[in-house]
Amino acid sequence: MKRWATALCGLLSLLAPYGLAQPSAWRFPPTVQAGTAFSVQTSGSGPATLYVVGTGDALQRSVQLGQSIAFSSEDLRNAGHYVALLVAGTETQSAQFDVVASTQPAGLSFIAKPSRLPVNQVNGLSGVVYVLDAFRNLLVQPQRVTFELSDPSGGTQSRVATTRNGVAWVKMNSATKAGSSQFRASSGDIRVQRAVLNVPGEPCTVKMNSHGAGQRIVLETDPLRDCNGNAVPDGTIVTFTEVYGGQQTTVDVPLKRGVARTELLARSRAVISVASGVVMGNEIRVTGGQ
Amino acid sequence: MKMKPPITNWLRATCPILLAGLLLGADRPTVEVTIADTTGSRSVEKHTQASVVRDYLAAWHAMGQAMEQNQPELLDAFFVGVAKDKLAETVRAQQNLGIQSAYQEQSHHLQIVFYSPEGLSIQLLDDVEYDLVIGKHGKTLGTQHVRTRYVAVLTPTESKWKVRIFQGGS
Repeated sequence: MKRWATALCGLLSLLAPYGLAQPSAWRFPPTVQAGTAFSVQTSGSGPATLYVVGTGDALQRSVQLGQSIAFSSEDLRNAGHYVALLVAGTETQSAQFDVVASTQPAGLSFIAKPSRLPVNQVNGLSGVVYVLDAFRNLLVQPQRVTFELSDPSGGTQSRVATTRNGVAWVKMNSATKAGSSQFRASSGDIRVQRAVLNVPGEPCTVKMNSHGAGQRIVLETDPLRDCNGNAVPDGTIVTFTEVYGGQQTTVDVPLKRGVARTELLARSRAVISVASGVVMGNEIRVTGGQ
Repeated sequence: MKMKPPITNWLRATCPILLAGLLLGADRPTVEVTIADTTGSRSVEKHTQASVVRDYLAAWHAMGQAMEQNQPELLDAFFVGVAKDKLAETVRAQQNLGIQSAYQEQSHHLQIVFYSPEGLSIQLLDDVEYDLVIGKHGKTLGTQHVRTRYVAVLTPTESKWKVRIFQGGS
């Protein structure tokens, strides 16, 4: 019996600092929506001070016990877990409650990456959306998010995703035609848009032509296009390589107006090749010359 | 002549060290980490997981310091964006009221639930337990044991992951 009493006494002394030893005469709703008004009825009489503390806010208010405590829609706007203390002299009552995000999306944090990518990349573009309410709280309840990617040729890809813990994401293919696309994400009435630039891919083939000019040979490529027919942008490097008698000469030329042009010494029996990036072009064997 | 078993000698020699280690670590929260089903999104490499967990726990510590000392600038190293704005507002509200709050963390059970395909955000769920001690002008008003779930989104910066969304009661 003595052991039981000692154990009970010990348990109560352990619980006392947590406020659990005192019966709570007030009842907070366990969950409150951010930015909504609510009230809490108190019992007893006399003045007291209410403290509401969490990572999202800190409030203090003088109250009269026996009356209800009214919270306006301005009071608690940040979602989070809150502790409330009602202190009257040496008596303290306590409660815990959650403020949750409102149910309507009011903002989308939309990350579209990359903002510039080669055409015709399967799943090359990703879109990630975090859905927020009017108070910038994350809406953790599932929400439908529609992703749309417009093509420079007029087509549109569309996907619908449902948020999980406030986030939805998709992967999309880049357009087949070079140019600017609009990548849109929408949920409810909220729509956010990002621009994505589809740039031509690697050249599909590289073909050079030549003609003699005295002791030199003039080399010029056909206009370079990717495998979808998009012109490869100026500035792309084309490499001409001449191999003659075990020696090698290399010239890197940037594309100008879609073609690369250079001149090399026309050495008899030299072999000249052309390449751009990983794409190898044709070879020319020089006959005659020096 | 009696011989002491070697294990007894070892325990006598190492017990003070083990005990000291336990005492030193006594105020540190226990931490469990699991990677939830992140099907389809980017897989989380071990090094990334370790960095994210380290920086998230450091962010909790910084948040606790900021709330206890009412110094919003302590948030700067580990929080950005909405999370930093909201926590700093709370610290300033505490400052104005003369309130301090001490978050005495006891345990974190972390789940990595989303890692975005482009690697620019990672989301954690944290089932956390802590004691919240609320004081005013240095006098304790009350202590509450709290069990709740935080959802956090971290984004990479030059040197570390910073918390961009930090929301309890989820």
